[in-house]
Amino acid sequence: MKRLLSLALLSCAAASAFAGVAGVDEFTLTIQNHAFDVKELKLPANKKITLLVVNKDATPAEFESKPLNREKIIPGKSTAAIKIGPLKPGRYPFVEEYHENDAAAQGTIVVE
Amino acid sequence: MFAAALIVFRESLEAALIISIMAAATRGIAGRGRWIVVGVLAGLLGAALVASSMELISSMASGMGQELFNAGVLLLAVGMLAWHNIWMAVHGREMAAHATNTARAINDGSRECSVIFMVVSFAVLREGAETVLFLYSLASSSESGLRDTLGGGASGLGAGLLVGGLLYAGLLRIPLRWFFSITGVLVLLLAASMASQAARFLIQADVLPSLAAPLWDTSGVLSQKSAFGTLLHGMIGYDEQPAGMQLVFYVTVLLVITLGGRWVAARAKAAAPKLASGKTAGVAHQQPQAKAG
Repeated sequence: MKRLLSLALLSCAAASAFAGVAGVDEFTLTIQNHAFDVKELKLPANKKITLLVVNKDATPAEFESKPLNREKIIPGKSTAAIKIGPLKPGRYPFVEEYHENDAAAQGTIVVE
Repeated sequence: MFAAALIVFRESLEAALIISIMAAATRGIAGRGRWIVVGVLAGLLGAALVASSMELISSMASGMGQELFNAGVLLLAVGMLAWHNIWMAVHGREMAAHATNTARAINDGSRECSVIFMVVSFAVLREGAETVLFLYSLASSSESGLRDTLGGGASGLGAGLLVGGLLYAGLLRIPLRWFFSITGVLVLLLAASMASQAARFLIQADVLPSLAAPLWDTSGVLSQKSAFGTLLHGMIGYDEQPAGMQLVFYVTVLLVITLGGRWVAARAKAAAPKLASGKTAGVAHQQPQAKAG
């Protein structure tokens, strides 16, 4: 009985985990010539999101956002997946840290 | 050039603060200078290795390799610092009293040297790898090119080392009576700060929930990117927008190390008189020595 119960619990957990994976939305941000392709990225509120940051340059880049509490190095010619959320509506600035003083290397995630 | 100086300053300051605090906290332990130098060199080598294999590290653990690597290195350092502080809870008083190492301290001191080596090399490895990648990226992209980047990097590194050196010189002026209590507190805060950073990486890897994100926002009061904010971040783990889980890690490490140190010290105290009273009067003169241990 006990084993049956734990099996049921386990499958429940597995099912919800899969549902979680399937339910995660992906959004893409691209870095080229050390500049983000968009200044503002709109994201849905109160959801887990995977942010794919594509670095098209040959040199490494670092995505950083203090408001999102995220910091990740993206090697040259590669894509990094950054899990964020669930987020409250608001504005969350981010930068490519290696060029943080260039306006082109700054952007904002707008959650609504 | 200024951008390069600023970022390299931030990274090298963090490593320099850790090295200064470790150097002060291990004062009186034989061979510590050599182990610090070896730690820095190993850290630089490790940084070059990590920087050049960042692509591989990033792709591991379904893209979460970077986060898990950083959290692992940080938590190992936390363990080392915890061991150091708990050991010092027993031996600190003894070392302060003698100002040199007793035979016992030399014995355990060799283990202590591996703590110095690990903590210093991990600090240099983490901050160094990021600095190398940054300089590489900047040198190949800015119009001013390689020379300005290196010039800026060198002045940033110099400034970081200067602040670290000043901290060390300042710490050495503390009277010996309080010296190990104060360096003990600094090491404790350093460990808590690293635990909080490890928690941040584990949240980012989605291994841990954030609990509250952010718990507070003091970016308007004291930016973490300002010189003072960087200093506080490096020394006590100041974070302008921390997650709740980071605070849980911070406080847990503070409590575990403090209570662990007290418990070990109390046990050492309880064991010492028992040892002495169990012996004959002929060896009674050894009692003070046993107590000091």
